[in-house]
Amino acid sequence: MTMTVAAELARDADGHLANRSDWNEEVAAALAREEGIEELTDRHWAVINFMRKEFDAKGDAPSIRKLTKESGVSTKELYGLFPKGPAKKSAKIAGLPKPKGCI
Amino acid sequence: MTNNHQPIEKVSIIISRGSLEGVYPGLIMANGARMEGIEATLFFTFFGLDAIIRRRMDRLKVATVGNPAMHLPTLLGAIPGMSSFATSRMKREMEKLDIPPVGEFIEMIHDAGGTLYACKATVDMFHLSKEDFCPQVEDIISVGQFYEMSAGGQIIFT
Repeated sequence: MTMTVAAELARDADGHLANRSDWNEEVAAALAREEGIEELTDRHWAVINFMRKEFDAKGDAPSIRKLTKESGVSTKELYGLFPKGPAKKSAKIAGLPKPKGCI
Repeated sequence: MTNNHQPIEKVSIIISRGSLEGVYPGLIMANGARMEGIEATLFFTFFGLDAIIRRRMDRLKVATVGNPAMHLPTLLGAIPGMSSFATSRMKREMEKLDIPPVGEFIEMIHDAGGTLYACKATVDMFHLSKEDFCPQVEDIISVGQFYEMSAGGQIIFT
């Protein structure tokens, strides 16, 4: 059912949420399933919450380096949590646009 | 049109130069590939090996001579200390952008699932062995093995 809710929300050209105000934890879970992540664990949430906090402060998602240094999730674990592209996937699930940085 | 645009799934990046500006583009591209979920292999050859030689990797310098884009007359670029000066300036700018030092960057790419190889011909030529390299280096391989591993992917020479 949540899947339907997320499917109806406005998206940008990259498939990320167009409006941050549409985001909530249920939407996050639905977006995660779109990316092949069946269940969001506490470790996923540590990343998602850090992404949201950084975006609010800086206006862009953090670099992988900053993310791993400050969220307490190592590079290896990060790639395990969000296989096939942690930067983009975690941003999408967090309801943020695709990160602009290169690092 | 959509059929002509298959997403890139795998890249093999060759790093052949040993200056700071010669090494970073390849590292950034490899890390960027992993961030996008693209399989990445790094092959270090000739002076590019300095980027994975333990005692050298964090001491790479910017070339201030023979590089017109530095906008510095050759004779000035040759003054002792000029290269170190340019290197520290560039490192400071990179730190601002959150680009890690070489050693940390290599570790990051490795932890992200990228694989690193040293070129056998160069290793033999410079009389090096596996012990000279950082632990993230998977193996010393021949050109033939490199091509085998790169099957089905894009090869990028830097």
